Amino acid sequence: MAESNKFIVGLWDHEEVYLHAIGHIRGKGIEIYESLTPFPVHGLEDALGYRETRLHTAGFFFGATGTTLALTFMTWVMTFNYPLNIGGKPYWPLPSFIPITFELTVLFSAWGMTLTYLVRNRLWPGRVPRIFDTRITDDRFALVFDSEKLSDKEMSDIKSLCKNEGAVEVKDKVFTENEGL
Amino acid sequence: MHAYESEFREPLINGLDKTYTKITDDLVAPTERITPLWLVATLLTGAGACFFVFCLTWTVWYGIGTWGLNKTIGWAWDITNFVWWIGIGHAGTLISAILLLFRQRYRTGINRAAEAMTIFAVICAGMFPIFHMGRVWDAPFIFPIPNTRGPLWVNFNSPLLWDVFAISTYFSVSLLFWYSGLMPDFGTIRDRAKGKMRKWIYNMLGFGWQGTAKQWQRFESLGLVLAGLSTPLVLSVHTIVSFDFATSVIPGWHTTIFPPYFVAGAIFSGFAMVETLMLISRWMFKLEDYITVAHIESMNKIIVMTGSIVGIAYLTELFIAWYSGYLYEQFAFYNRILGKYFWAYAIMMTCNVVTPQFYWIKSFRRNLYVTFILSIFVNIGMWFERFVIIVTSLADDFLPSSWAYFSPTWVDWGIYLGSISVFLFLFLLFSRFFPTIAIAEVKAIFRISSEVAKTERAKAAGSKAPNGFVGLQSVGPLNKDDK
Repeated sequence: MAESNKFIVGLWDHEEVYLHAIGHIRGKGIEIYESLTPFPVHGLEDALGYRETRLHTAGFFFGATGTTLALTFMTWVMTFNYPLNIGGKPYWPLPSFIPITFELTVLFSAWGMTLTYLVRNRLWPGRVPRIFDTRITDDRFALVFDSEKLSDKEMSDIKSLCKNEGAVEVKDKVFTENEGL
Repeated sequence: MHAYESEFREPLINGLDKTYTKITDDLVAPTERITPLWLVATLLTGAGACFFVFCLTWTVWYGIGTWGLNKTIGWAWDITNFVWWIGIGHAGTLISAILLLFRQRYRTGINRAAEAMTIFAVICAGMFPIFHMGRVWDAPFIFPIPNTRGPLWVNFNSPLLWDVFAISTYFSVSLLFWYSGLMPDFGTIRDRAKGKMRKWIYNMLGFGWQGTAKQWQRFESLGLVLAGLSTPLVLSVHTIVSFDFATSVIPGWHTTIFPPYFVAGAIFSGFAMVETLMLISRWMFKLEDYITVAHIESMNKIIVMTGSIVGIAYLTELFIAWYSGYLYEQFAFYNRILGKYFWAYAIMMTCNVVTPQFYWIKSFRRNLYVTFILSIFVNIGMWFERFVIIVTSLADDFLPSSWAYFSPTWVDWGIYLGSISVFLFLFLLFSRFFPTIAIAEVKAIFRISSEVAKTERAKAAGSKAPNGFVGLQSVGPLNKDDK
């Protein structure tokens, strides 16, 4: 899908005003292209109507993979591949497997989740992101609207709506083709 | 979701001039300048780190005989240092994980530095068992890797092997936790960077962070699940470290109390080290508004609690040694208190059990000088705890003709003091180039726990009470759907 290059960026300086603004803007049926904040704002994903992330479900399956792998591998080594009499202990010493099984469960879950997180969030070293405003990582809460999908009238309506909703700054932002994608 | 904040609580961000931008400015400032003090400290600890490398090279070249070990005492400073460093490494993930799950807002001021400390402490810890192997080039064989001897595998019954898995998992999960939290703050540094090079480097480090709602949503989910995973992980790591001793049949080691006792001791020493470092960095980087006396007091409460748990464990050990009716166990403990290492036992008892009790007094808990001195005491005491457990239990074994005394050589000293230098060196580098305080997380509590927010609420409530006290109140809806 070709990404747009022209946007309207509205900037707020207080998260509560910002959350109310999102509610009103979405209530008017206006599509919000992106919402960016300097820190996680509670209730933002609900205000935007995002569904809950499934990252933790992925984490469960990664963890289960670790559990299975650890148990299978240790069983294969100790019981089948090289059964060794260690102080008369059983060849399948399940209680001894508990610590390593636990550690591998955590290891797989943590790494699997973090890698999924990076992939889904499109984060990697060297990625050049689209920066709508440099103060977004400082003290500005931003709403971005896709100008290419909007008529001139809709654009001016959105701009005045943002101002009415307490935006401290509303501006146009144009990126060059494929910049920061 | 309503956020409740008792106005009894002290603010966690001081200063009435604070805004989001001011927070960014204050917390990024240490990465934007080099102070002479930092330079001197870094050079000194860097020199110490070089001496550490020299002593390790000496050890590998001439062999473990250069250490003070003897036939009877085959484990001494190396394993003492190992357990000491691992213990120190416990506070970081504890602060990030357990305090996150318990929703303790004071964690935001200290979590980043504590996590970094964890990683550096585990690096230092890992050196000791690896170099104690002597032939370090065989170190990869501690992992079950395919080999040409059968293949002959590692023994999955051995707590030493469990330790390998526990420590490496702990290290890598702590690293993920720390780094995933750093990415948004690297984004902050990038967006205010002046130079092109600096922008590029911090964008690289921050993986191109943007701060979209979806990114933050996943960020919080990742943080929460990693916290949930790390909490049992922290407890398991020191439990397994204690198994190294508890599953053996040496009197003084073979006790079931070891796992909780070691875990409490680890949290105890870790918090002490966090305090030592935070007191230095809040002064060095002028972070007094973000690491407040309220933070220090909260940590001191945890220190007095864990110190008391450790004290009870010491007494329980003594009681059980007597009650067991087992002669060798009784001798081991008699020997600890009154034997040739009585001085080590006395230092341990004083620094770990007696002096932390000062923290029952509020003025001591809130005194930064007292805190600094007592945190050093705890560090010393916890080192001696491991020394007492390890060396005194081995020194006078079952055969009186082989009783021995351990004296460290210059290599032992060099490696130990060198590891402290490595730790401080890495911490100094971290605090110069990375944000020492989690910027985004501090901003997230700004509307709730800062002095600015509390004063605003007090004004709104029309309070004339001192310190703006207006009683327990709701901060108001953070979510527009909650009315």
